[in-house]
Amino acid sequence: MGIFNLSNLPFPALLSQLLLGLVNGSFYAILSLGLAVIFGLLNVINFAHGALFMIGAVLTWMGLNYFNISYWAMLVLAPVIAGLFGMLTERLLLRWIYKLDHLYGLLLTLGITLLIEGVFRSAYGVSGLPYDTPDALQGATDLGFMILPNYRAWVVVASLSICFTTWFVIEKTRLGAYLRAGTENPRLVEAFGVNVPLMITLTYGFGVALAAFAGVLAAPVIQVSPLMGQNLIIVVFAIVVIGGMGSIMGAILTGLGLGVIEGLTKVVYPEASSTVVFVVMVIVLLIRPTGLFGKEK
Amino acid sequence: MSAPALEIKNLQAWYGESHVLHGVDMVVQPGEVVTLLGRNGAGRTSTLRAILGLTGSRKGSIKSNGHELIHLPTHRIARHGIGYCPEERGIFASLSCEENLMLPPTLKDSDKGMSVADIYEMFPNLAERRHSQGTRLSGGEQQMLAVARILRTGANLLLLDEISEGLAPVIVQALARMIKMLKSKGYTVVMVEQNFHFAAPLADRFYVMEHGRMVETFGAAELDAKMPVLNELLGV
Repeated sequence: MGIFNLSNLPFPALLSQLLLGLVNGSFYAILSLGLAVIFGLLNVINFAHGALFMIGAVLTWMGLNYFNISYWAMLVLAPVIAGLFGMLTERLLLRWIYKLDHLYGLLLTLGITLLIEGVFRSAYGVSGLPYDTPDALQGATDLGFMILPNYRAWVVVASLSICFTTWFVIEKTRLGAYLRAGTENPRLVEAFGVNVPLMITLTYGFGVALAAFAGVLAAPVIQVSPLMGQNLIIVVFAIVVIGGMGSIMGAILTGLGLGVIEGLTKVVYPEASSTVVFVVMVIVLLIRPTGLFGKEK
Repeated sequence: MSAPALEIKNLQAWYGESHVLHGVDMVVQPGEVVTLLGRNGAGRTSTLRAILGLTGSRKGSIKSNGHELIHLPTHRIARHGIGYCPEERGIFASLSCEENLMLPPTLKDSDKGMSVADIYEMFPNLAERRHSQGTRLSGGEQQMLAVARILRTGANLLLLDEISEGLAPVIVQALARMIKMLKSKGYTVVMVEQNFHFAAPLADRFYVMEHGRMVETFGAAELDAKMPVLNELLGV
């Protein structure tokens, strides 16, 4: 009975799964960061995050196939387009439910998810749309213990850069101070002369743009499909719960950490790799109901 | 003669279904220190909140330096040079002392705001604790911070809600010196105070509120003569 005996594992396999876990963790980090930013200021559990992730990927595919727009241009354009769509959604729909229970936000964004996914499913069906890795990131690098595809290395670098830039802006700048203060007491921040409703719209737009950015990164890795966000979003919700709702650094670190744990589980006990995140969630909630980085309100 | 710093006419305000202000009238001239007196629940805090649009809905007229504010959203009211220090102080836990101080944006057309150096000179405790988390400061330091951060913006009309509440006598004396200094610099101050002995020597004029409206107003010179009325209305 040696399934949990780590000493029997080949070291290169362990390292390579660690690295692949980090790639998945990068997606988790960027998505859970967006959810944490949105929840912090809007108090809305954005169920539509998976669909917005999908929009990023589908826009990337559409950009190339309909308008011949490169991956690199879509890396900027798709988040901008999705962000504008998000701002419109906030102004027209979400704004009405801020004073209500979280459940209403969850239901509304679930409805938005079904709508978005339905539209794309009727246009493109459910089978995946292939998207080639951009030329500059083709190929792989031999790290000695594993061959790492260049594109996956790029995913980690790009995600971490975006995540830590976002963390820096929120935690260390004046703009971030408005956001943090707005999360605590929006009415008082408004009484100081800050246009909080506009800040909320921009924040939602930014959170959506993050999801779409992750979607662009995912396009060459995961098959682009109208339902691609569904599988991911449940895991990402579990990660946000583990990290603690509203914690920026918590969302990033938990995302990366859970990606790695998932990767390691694939080596140790592959059958549990898809459920390990939820097992961790149960354990964390039993010990720390507010999550690893969350604070009691 | 310049327009009043604050002119309120027939102000009515609601929190949801609850009608809290029933026609408040009030005039504050530039450079005046005015204190709102009244029992708990008389509507003093609600009056300050209604000026900034922080109550549910409101009707009537609120003018600052001749500009009508009643239809403006809260963030634009503040930009008319109104600084607000709430009763609960409103220090943000996720911000450091200095971040709290720097939070309110400075007014575009004003160069009257105090510099951070001046503020730290006036409140040396805040300078020492500039990197501490806002809510780790003592009650007195938090109160100083709550007032100091609106002095930096260039706001000229200060709405101060119960700033002496729950503080040690030595801190209350420091706050009294600060109000005198602000008055000497030409600030207009509207204070809500439960602590009559703190407010009495500072104010130029008093308004007394009951049941959401003003029932009495008099100048500092009339204070002694009005004491029997105040005793009756406030039990001071």
